[in-house]
Amino acid sequence: MSLGAEVARADTDWQSQVWRLLGEVKDPEIPILTIMDLGIVRYVRGETRDTLHVGLTPTYSGCPATEVIRTMVEEKLARAGFPGVVVETVLAPPWSSDWITPAARLKLAAYGIAPPAEAVSNPKRLFGAAPIECPRCQSAATRLISEFGSTPCKAHYMCTACLEPFDYFKCI
Amino acid sequence: MSASITKAPSEDARLRYVLRLADTSLILGQRLSEWVGHAPALEEDLGVANIALDLIGQARLLLSYAGELEGRGRSEDELAFLRDASEFLNLTLVEQPNGDFGHTLVRQLLVSAFQLELYEALQNSADPRLAEVAAKAVKETRYHVRYSASWVVRLGDGTPDSHARVQAALDELWPFTGELFAEDDVEAAMAVADIAPRAADLKARWSARIDTVLAEATLTRPTDSVFPWHGKRGIHTEHLGYMLAEMQFLQRAYPGAEW
Repeated sequence: MSLGAEVARADTDWQSQVWRLLGEVKDPEIPILTIMDLGIVRYVRGETRDTLHVGLTPTYSGCPATEVIRTMVEEKLARAGFPGVVVETVLAPPWSSDWITPAARLKLAAYGIAPPAEAVSNPKRLFGAAPIECPRCQSAATRLISEFGSTPCKAHYMCTACLEPFDYFKCI
Repeated sequence: MSASITKAPSEDARLRYVLRLADTSLILGQRLSEWVGHAPALEEDLGVANIALDLIGQARLLLSYAGELEGRGRSEDELAFLRDASEFLNLTLVEQPNGDFGHTLVRQLLVSAFQLELYEALQNSADPRLAEVAAKAVKETRYHVRYSASWVVRLGDGTPDSHARVQAALDELWPFTGELFAEDDVEAAMAVADIAPRAADLKARWSARIDTVLAEATLTRPTDSVFPWHGKRGIHTEHLGYMLAEMQFLQRAYPGAEW
C-alpha cells in the first residue's frame, strides 16, 4: 500500500475487485509499473458499485500519460461491470516519488531505470544528496547528463564505470 | 477567513489574478516549445520540452479554475485559444522572443526563480484551489530553476563569446523584470486577503537567488528600469500577437476541432 493513499476497506467483494483491477492497469510510459506501483490511485469510494468513484493524482502537472491512464481505468472498470465509474483528478496532497512502492523500486532497477535515490521526506536529505547508482553495474560513479530525460519524471545520467547511459526517476 | 469588508476581494480581482498566473505559464510554455527540434543538443531539446510541458500543465489547471471563477462556462481550451492578445494577462517578459539558446535560458531563470518564490508562498494561500496547484507546481519549478541556473552559469562563466551573449541577453531582458514586482490593485487585494504574497517579499527573495547565480556566472546585474510594462493588465509588446496567431490558428480556422 502506498503511503498517504486512503486504505482500501475491503469490506465488500466488489471493492476488493476494483483494487485488484486497478493493480492491472499499466503505466503507458513505463509499462513494467502499474498505477498501484506508482501510488497514483488515491481512493476508491462508493456505497454501491453503481456509485463508484476512483481518485487519481497526476505525477506531474503536464504529464501526458494522465489522460491515457484515466481512459484506461474507465475502460478496464467498465468492462468488468462498473460502467458508471467516475474517475476524479486529485491534486492535493501532491504526488511524491516517496509513494512508489518498495517492490516497484526493484522493478524499475531491473528494467534499467534507477529508482529515486532517497525519500523526499527523509530529513537526512538536508545533509547532501545520496549517490545515484547505475542500474546495470551498481556503481555509484555516475554523472548527470540532463535534468530531464525521456519523460517529465526522469533525468538522464551516465555511468562512468560501465559507460552506459540510463534514466533516473527523479525525487519530487 | 474573516468576513470583514477590507479582507474580502472582489471576484473580478481573483479572476484577474488567476489569469495572470495561468497566462504567464501558458505563454512561456508556448515560447519554449518553439525550440522543439531546434535545440543545440538532444538532451537540451528534451529539457526545454519538459519544462514547456510542466508549464502548460500548470496553465491548464489554472485556466480551468479561471473558467469556473468567470462563470460563463468557458473551458481551459476556449480561454487559451479564443481570447485575443489584449485579454491575455501574462507578464510581458514571457512573451519576448527566444533569441539564442542562452537568451532563452536567461529568460527562463528570471521567470522560474520568480515562480518558485511565488508558488512557495501560494502553498499557504487562503484560496485552497491556488494552494493545491502551487503545491504541485513548486516541485516542478525547483527543477526549472536548477536547469536554467546551471546553463546561465555554464555560459556566463564560459567562453568570452558565450559570456558576452548571455550578458547582452540579461541586459535586454532585465527591464521587463520590474513588472514582476510592480504590485497593482489586483495583487494588493489578493495580498490583503491572504490569497497571495506581497510583491516586496517576493522581490527580496528573488533578488537574493538571482544575485547568487549571477555571481557564480560572472555576470553583472543590470540596473532596474523605471519604465513600467503592463502585460498583466493586457497591454503587450507586439510579439504576443504574432505568437497567438500561430498558437490559435487551428481553433480559429476550424472552430471546435478536436483530435
